Amino acid sequence: MSEQLRRYHAAVWDEPLVMEMGAPGRRGTRIPDTEPGIAQTVGPAEDLVPRGMRRAAPPALPELTEPEVQRHYLHLSQQTMGMMGISLFGTCTMKYNPQLGEQVVARPEVAEVHPHQHESTMQGLLQVVHDFDLVLRELSGMDRFVFQAGGGADAAYLHACLTRAYHASRGELGQRTEIITTAQAHPCNPATAAAAGFDVITLPLEGDGYPSVAALEAALSDRTAALMVNNPDDMGIYNPHIKRWVELVHEAGGLCFYDHANFNGVMTRIRAADLGFDACMFMLHKTFGVAKGGGGPAVGAYGCTAELERFLPGPLVTRDEEGYHLVEQGPEGVGRVREFLGNVPQVVRAYAWARAMGAAGMREAADISVLANNYMEQRLLRIPGVTKSQPHLTERRLEMTRYSLGELTERTGVTAHDVQNRMVDFGIDAFWLSHEPWIVPEPFTPEAGEMWSKEDLDYWMDVLAHVCDEAHRDPDLVRTAPHRQVIGQLDGSALDDPERWATTWRAHRRKRPAAG
Amino acid sequence: MQSPQKSRAHPYMASSTDDARAQMLAAVGAREVEELFEQIPGDHRVSRGISLPPQLVAEADLRRHLTEVLGRTRSCEENLSFLGAGCWQHHVPAVCDEIGRRAEFLTPVWGTPSSDQGRMQAWFEFTSQLGELLALDFVGLPVYSWGCAAGHALRMAARLTGREEVLVPRGMDPERLAVVRSYCGSPELERHLRLVPVEHDPATGRLDLADLRGKLGGRTAAVYVETPTYLGVVESDMAEIAALARAAGAETIMGVDPISLGVLAPPGELGADIAVGTTQTLGVHMNAGGGVGGFIASRDEERYAREFPTLNVSICDTVVPGQRGFGMTLFEQSSYGAREGGKDWTGNSVYLWAVVNAVYMSLMGPQGFVELGETVLQRSHYAARRITELPGVEVRWPQGFFREFVVDFSGTGRRVAEIDAALRDRGIFGGKDLSQDFPELGEAALYCVTEVHTQTDVDRLVEALREVTA
Repeated sequence: MSEQLRRYHAAVWDEPLVMEMGAPGRRGTRIPDTEPGIAQTVGPAEDLVPRGMRRAAPPALPELTEPEVQRHYLHLSQQTMGMMGISLFGTCTMKYNPQLGEQVVARPEVAEVHPHQHESTMQGLLQVVHDFDLVLRELSGMDRFVFQAGGGADAAYLHACLTRAYHASRGELGQRTEIITTAQAHPCNPATAAAAGFDVITLPLEGDGYPSVAALEAALSDRTAALMVNNPDDMGIYNPHIKRWVELVHEAGGLCFYDHANFNGVMTRIRAADLGFDACMFMLHKTFGVAKGGGGPAVGAYGCTAELERFLPGPLVTRDEEGYHLVEQGPEGVGRVREFLGNVPQVVRAYAWARAMGAAGMREAADISVLANNYMEQRLLRIPGVTKSQPHLTERRLEMTRYSLGELTERTGVTAHDVQNRMVDFGIDAFWLSHEPWIVPEPFTPEAGEMWSKEDLDYWMDVLAHVCDEAHRDPDLVRTAPHRQVIGQLDGSALDDPERWATTWRAHRRKRPAAG
Repeated sequence: MQSPQKSRAHPYMASSTDDARAQMLAAVGAREVEELFEQIPGDHRVSRGISLPPQLVAEADLRRHLTEVLGRTRSCEENLSFLGAGCWQHHVPAVCDEIGRRAEFLTPVWGTPSSDQGRMQAWFEFTSQLGELLALDFVGLPVYSWGCAAGHALRMAARLTGREEVLVPRGMDPERLAVVRSYCGSPELERHLRLVPVEHDPATGRLDLADLRGKLGGRTAAVYVETPTYLGVVESDMAEIAALARAAGAETIMGVDPISLGVLAPPGELGADIAVGTTQTLGVHMNAGGGVGGFIASRDEERYAREFPTLNVSICDTVVPGQRGFGMTLFEQSSYGAREGGKDWTGNSVYLWAVVNAVYMSLMGPQGFVELGETVLQRSHYAARRITELPGVEVRWPQGFFREFVVDFSGTGRRVAEIDAALRDRGIFGGKDLSQDFPELGEAALYCVTEVHTQTDVDRLVEALREVTA
């Protein structure tokens, strides 16, 4: 089988650290000289800094030419696989990021706009923000979206803040101190709830793959502030009782937040408001075609019902016959979770993607992503050592399935991490294992999405099958991977040792002067 | 060669063909895709069609639509802008844009040290270079913004000290303060921080040390102070403020813009325990506010390191002797590792900007930062002096500022909003209007002058102001 696999090898530039490069006196960029007229008027710059606040010695930065800097970072980009191989990173919905979006956000009408400009000068941008809000309203049934949150976790945090504001406005916050979530909700849900000051109740999964209605009922009380939940979950399982859940939480006086991280498979079929939710969140950098940037800049688009609108962070973008406006919120609002309107270029990219897809295109993308996942499942389950989470559940999974390599590990000692490290030797971006807590041993979670071709998916599975076969034949080969990558396997022993960790070059040189 | 069959497949989706669909359906043993949605009860499904604006699948159509709509925006490139106040117009070198658009950096989600070592190194070069500017040894990967960084740092200090009161400047950016307020929580809930504003001296714009002394005490977790302040003033009592905080057992958190650190003393040399600030000025376009980013840094002491909410990259060895790698350190204390038991939370942030910031700092080098700081100092002071020539116009604190300064138009009898409107007609965006947020400053605005503003630009501003305030 290996004859069919690509003879991939990562670029190896043996690239030094930028801190070690260059030579004294080289310049990567020049700064405009101050005009003589200015210098005459104000005198030397150093006299303009209060004594004791002047920097004594210039920062110890590298000195390189412009082309040296460019070549260095091009080399580092080539040493980054990213989506150049095949990335089926589950829960993150890897999809195409159209180049047109990159082109338009580079234009000065986006890049060179200041957030405090008068609204009359920002009409085009505000129109895009407003019209994209309308797109999300239609897809969710919510009444208003804001884009301030800088990612999905930030939107979860926004929800926790809004929950505070809502219960405070009713004089109940002192009593409503608990937020309920599930073991399969993304860690950001319990983490942001706790950071906002709430106590967290995590419902464990039961036989059906989700917590029971009875477990939820037992957790609800007059202390309940909110429910934060995703659906379908990362195993591709849809909780069919979710409407009942929402009713029960509402009866208890709590708000219901739909973490729509896994929207790709249910896009155009499910609307959060129709299910009774008060608020929901879409990640524009996942579902809506915006580049992920290796972890942002991102947008957690947060939408809510009209009843909660006054609690949203400002400013809101509104429209009347004169045009578009930036409107501040009243004192009951959250205020801000981040400065300004949000990652506006990402909203422009998402709007562009939404227009390129249209409702029919989104429907087709959802169909393909679920079909492709099921296509993968029938093949993956034939690979010796691969099993599926909750195997007794026979209904078709949605856009993702959680698998386990536990049997492979028992037989060969090779873990999911090892397999991940070995697959990158074939041009397969590291797969996603699972968020904490692990529901199954040695998990992995591919998500096919709509962009990749059947050949891409087949190749991904060919590689996994090949590596699982290697694990049986030559487990050490897999355990010592990667072998065709930029560097060998990390020796992680220093990473959590305060005497040896170093998050900066200056710390490294102090701790390990000999290592260089 | 056969002529291709007419296909209306979507260009973003490889399986948007009948063949692909049929092959996969056959493999899964389904007759139609709808069968695969069997988990979703009928009464959960949208009962009518989703109605969105018409599809613009042809790139030519979409491009035309986007450029037409966006064209109704006026930029700081075609206008002369003096806006700062939390988002600043500095020159973005072309190499920053080139690297920031590289698909390898732009498109991936996460990766591992095995697959994405180049990006891990770029991140380490971000933290390493920023550490040199700050004179601090422990730097986390970026957070969403300066305000978010300040909020996290205050919460770190509360955990470190077991105290719950934090002192912040009353003159701080209201936009940033609103973010910090969110991070402090609600008094109705047990876990929250109490935010106590500290006055500034109206004569100097610097923190009022008497007020600070009066408010510092055994309940103080942190003193948060910025230099330059929101209103532009260099906080020259920094070392004394840090000493006062330390004597009270509180942490000193210093907010800085790294762009100033070629000429201004770094937090690591002024007694800061934790430093926070923006990353936007390091090679990132303003992006209508979407360019903001933040950092958290401290001395490399375990006590601090164990409280970082960020993801953190560390240099380390590999199994190959003599080879270097870069991996995540202190991952278990993040919310990914510990859910609600983690230090606040983390997630997507502005990691692409961290790569761009690394490029920017490499291009600038030591001389670049020094010269940029000098140019900004001289040009902004020049602007302040010229503006004070105007009748009825005063600069509130005409000395000892960096980049931004408060202009008071009260003596002209005109409101800032009127002046701004008249300036806009002349292709100029005036400074941020302060009259609502700081009424005690009068009809005041915060003007920002950087290395992108030439003497001609400043002179043009002064002449325009002369006309519109006459």
